[in-house]
Amino acid sequence: MKQGTARTLRAFAIELGIYALLVTGYFFLVLHLLGGWLYGLEVHHRYTYAGVAILLIIGQAVVLESVTTLLLRLIRGRSE
Amino acid sequence: MFFPISGAHISPIYLVIVGFLVGILGGFFGVGGSFIAGPALRLVGLDWNFAVGTDLAHIVGKSVVAAKRHRALGNVDLRLGLIMAIGTISGAEAGAQLIQMLKRAGNVNLIVSIVAIVVYLSISAFMLWESQKTLRSQKRRSSKEKVKGAIAKRDKSAFGPTTRAIQRLKIWPMIALPTSGVKAISLWMILLVAFVGGVFGGFLGGGAGYIRMPSMVYVLGIPTHLAVGTDLFEIIISASYGTLTHAIKGNVDILIALVMHTGAAIGAQIGAISTQYFAGPKIRLAFVPLPLIGAAIVIYTLFTGHKL
Repeated sequence: MKQGTARTLRAFAIELGIYALLVTGYFFLVLHLLGGWLYGLEVHHRYTYAGVAILLIIGQAVVLESVTTLLLRLIRGRSE
Repeated sequence: MFFPISGAHISPIYLVIVGFLVGILGGFFGVGGSFIAGPALRLVGLDWNFAVGTDLAHIVGKSVVAAKRHRALGNVDLRLGLIMAIGTISGAEAGAQLIQMLKRAGNVNLIVSIVAIVVYLSISAFMLWESQKTLRSQKRRSSKEKVKGAIAKRDKSAFGPTTRAIQRLKIWPMIALPTSGVKAISLWMILLVAFVGGVFGGFLGGGAGYIRMPSMVYVLGIPTHLAVGTDLFEIIISASYGTLTHAIKGNVDILIALVMHTGAAIGAQIGAISTQYFAGPKIRLAFVPLPLIGAAIVIYTLFTGHKL
């Protein structure tokens, strides 16, 4: 039982580390590139901005959920 | 990090941490967590309107992640969630109108604050009483027949007889919720619960998950795990609607929401998975402090005049 918990925690820590790296890359690449475009959209085309905002947050949610699930599967699979 | 839409300078690490904490709460309790995220955004200097709108956008993303995880665990009743979304959205509009009416009549802050404090304290007191009573009776009854495995979705509640009496009310049309194990319940009762939650959301701000989740358990008789998952699914729809209307009014900084959501995505999964290891009454007992935090924020606002 304790061994199982330790394995889960280790897998989780590895997952967090990889996730943090991915997210840092994401901040500097994607958000930096999107910032100016989204700002322009918010100022000049408010309705389009609203639609894009919803799509972006849902899209990010789906992608991040898949990434974390995949990471968990890979790490757990390897540690077992 | 500079966010050009709201013109704010906020550390992305701070946003990720706030998102992570709110994500855990959301995944575990099925709430949006706006009573924490809103003040946390205000704390770093974001304008009130941006804090509300941006928080709603981040709630959409977090709820997608948590609801997907809950759905994989069999904790989402899609039919119930869709019906509730209709009631919540109309309730939120009614709540917003109510605020406008009270504003015209004067004394809006005092009335809203007193209502909020009474409601929050009542929910906390009731859930504390009910969950402890249920846990005590379960302990007496099943010292021998312990629930096997971590998942204990069969939900016992000390409020069960009242819930069953509500379910017996034959107000046409009656519908079945097989996923939630409810054989028949009036559609109006579901809409009413969602509408009341929506009114409180529009009236007090935020998603009002701390009212809707307990109502689903006690009034509709939905098992706690399913109430959490279904509420999250319902929040996706109602918070998306809220995000759209706020974005059109210029109250959403989607870049802040995206950064917050990177933390929330992982927090929501941890919260959702954790529900597997707790029985319904224990989740309800752990829920008790949440409305108290809401009440504390309202009391602070009432006495200091500062909106957190």
